[in-house]
Amino acid sequence: MIERTVTIVNSKGLHTRPAASLVKTAARFQAELTIRKDNLEINGKSIIGVMTLAAEQGSTLTLVLDGPDEEEACRALEDLFRRGFDEE
Amino acid sequence: MDGTPATGSEIVLRGVAAAPGISHGPAYIYSKVIPRVEQKQITPEEVPSEIARLRNANARSDKELQKIHAFAEQKLGSDNARIFEAQLMILADAILMGAIEGRIARELKNAEFIVADEITKYKQIMLASHDEYMHERAHDVDDVMNRIIRNIQDQKLFSRLEGASIIVSETLTPSDTVIFSRNQVLGYATDLGGITSHAAILARSLKIPAVVGLRTCTKTIATGDTIAIDGYAGVVVVNPGDDTLQALEGKKERFRDFEERLVTIAPLTAETPDRKRIELSANIEFDTELEFARTQGSAGIGLFRTESQLIGRATYPSEEEQFAVYERVAGGVFPHSVIFRAFDVGGDKLSPDAEHEANPFLGWRGIRVLLDRPELFLDQIRGILRASTRKNVRIMFPMVSTLAELRRAREMVARAKQELDARNVPYDPAIKIGVMIEVPAAAVLAEQIAAESDFLSIGTNDLIQYLLAVDRDNAAVAPLYQQFNPAVLRTIKNIIDAGHRRGVWVGMCGEMAGDPFATVLLVGMGIDELSVLPSVLPEIKKVILSVRFKDAKRVADRVLAMSTEQEIRDHLSSITRDKVPEIPLDE
Repeated sequence: MIERTVTIVNSKGLHTRPAASLVKTAARFQAELTIRKDNLEINGKSIIGVMTLAAEQGSTLTLVLDGPDEEEACRALEDLFRRGFDEE
Repeated sequence: MDGTPATGSEIVLRGVAAAPGISHGPAYIYSKVIPRVEQKQITPEEVPSEIARLRNANARSDKELQKIHAFAEQKLGSDNARIFEAQLMILADAILMGAIEGRIARELKNAEFIVADEITKYKQIMLASHDEYMHERAHDVDDVMNRIIRNIQDQKLFSRLEGASIIVSETLTPSDTVIFSRNQVLGYATDLGGITSHAAILARSLKIPAVVGLRTCTKTIATGDTIAIDGYAGVVVVNPGDDTLQALEGKKERFRDFEERLVTIAPLTAETPDRKRIELSANIEFDTELEFARTQGSAGIGLFRTESQLIGRATYPSEEEQFAVYERVAGGVFPHSVIFRAFDVGGDKLSPDAEHEANPFLGWRGIRVLLDRPELFLDQIRGILRASTRKNVRIMFPMVSTLAELRRAREMVARAKQELDARNVPYDPAIKIGVMIEVPAAAVLAEQIAAESDFLSIGTNDLIQYLLAVDRDNAAVAPLYQQFNPAVLRTIKNIIDAGHRRGVWVGMCGEMAGDPFATVLLVGMGIDELSVLPSVLPEIKKVILSVRFKDAKRVADRVLAMSTEQEIRDHLSSITRDKVPEIPLDE
């Protein structure tokens, strides 16, 4: 199991489109993805779950990955956050 | 407005004309049907069939939404169709659906109960947020949940809508409008206006009359009541008598004849027989309205309400996103020009942390917000500047009440230009900057403001409201909202004269500009530009084409000497009927 903290860098936060790319990226891997923000914990492969996070620019999330390809999944997700979900 | 319930006598409700046309028929009160969900125990043997019901319902819901999305994309453009994408994504959420199926099998409960229970959890998290954007998403979640449940229960959409009806509702979403349009819809009447503009645009493209902003029509009207809808005047009549129906039928005929002759009016330049030219342009909110404005014969866009871009989103659009919209509009309207009005909204719309205001009309809105949020203002100015390379773009500031605000706003434009220079991005360096005159203080200072701007545009709706201290949404004082009040007319005359003394043109983009009874007077007072709803544009043009400037000036002089609104209204009505007998005017 890996735990990482990531920051939302794109100006519009985790709105519908980035939420969709996050879910899509997570779905490529077997590892389970749990995302924690404040007191909330959701399944990172569920779009409705990610939508509830209301994560704005600058907010931080904790990604918890668990599965055989967790290392690889973690790299892909961290990269996605770093790139600001390729928005703008 | 009459708030008494319909008892067989005629009731006239006034709202805002949103889509032209006249019709009458039975009302259908539409309120979002919330499907009833009961908890039922199922046997383990029933689990597969219960899951099959769920999957079928999801497939049907997906089909419905895909259709709505495609239709909206075609009618509203892909930007505005995005509102349906979130719902489609939730429907395709494998984790969510897996969880629901798992619970059906484990808990042995019926599918709709588990759907409601599971999805409501997410909805409640969203509703608990303080973010307006999250509340909007909660609506999407709610919508999609009800759609699935309705499909599980195998209910058809609007099965109760039998035969042709006029849809009466609190508000209409684009998806409602789209779905209804597949029925025989004679018209739309809604309590609320404003944000439902999407629905109004759809109604216009579908050629279905619509009146919005009726405030209490869902309470006054009952399903089955006969109602008549006049989408030209923005009026709904409950239990219309024979006389009313006959009058409306006559008006419909006149408009039909008139609209047939429009083809000949549309390409004409709006000028009086003695060659005084009036710039007659259109007010629009969405680039998709450009085509309609053009066919109605507009010479450009006199007011593009940029706040339409904020509908359904939590954050304001980036420079890039805005540029895309402005560029489409500027390109589409060329060789005519377009005036982009900077975001004119209350602070709450642009900043989720804004305090709720007790008196928003006297609060943080328009230029006040923009100057307090320079990064946001600069994004918008750069977006507009970048769309100005054809030299047909102008920018206008809303709610200016002091010269200091105007100067600061102009500094922001200068700064945005420098930033673009640094990025080597082209724009029109001589872009014209105008001020919307809608606060009495700005009207008083019109000459000084004109000296420091390139044009003035009179926003009559707010100006009248502020000048007369009348909230026209307050039924107790609404009759005091009088556009022909002598104080209003003198103020308008002063603004026009002040602008002309400083050599800048003066236009008008409020509702008064689109009232054919006001046209002779406004032309006579020397107005240079009128920007009106595309639907009324031909009427206004017809008046301009029919009255000599010389005569209009005489009318204006006479009216400005009058002392009561009633006297002025009567005079203008008889003058207009006399000069333009063929126009299908309203009382």
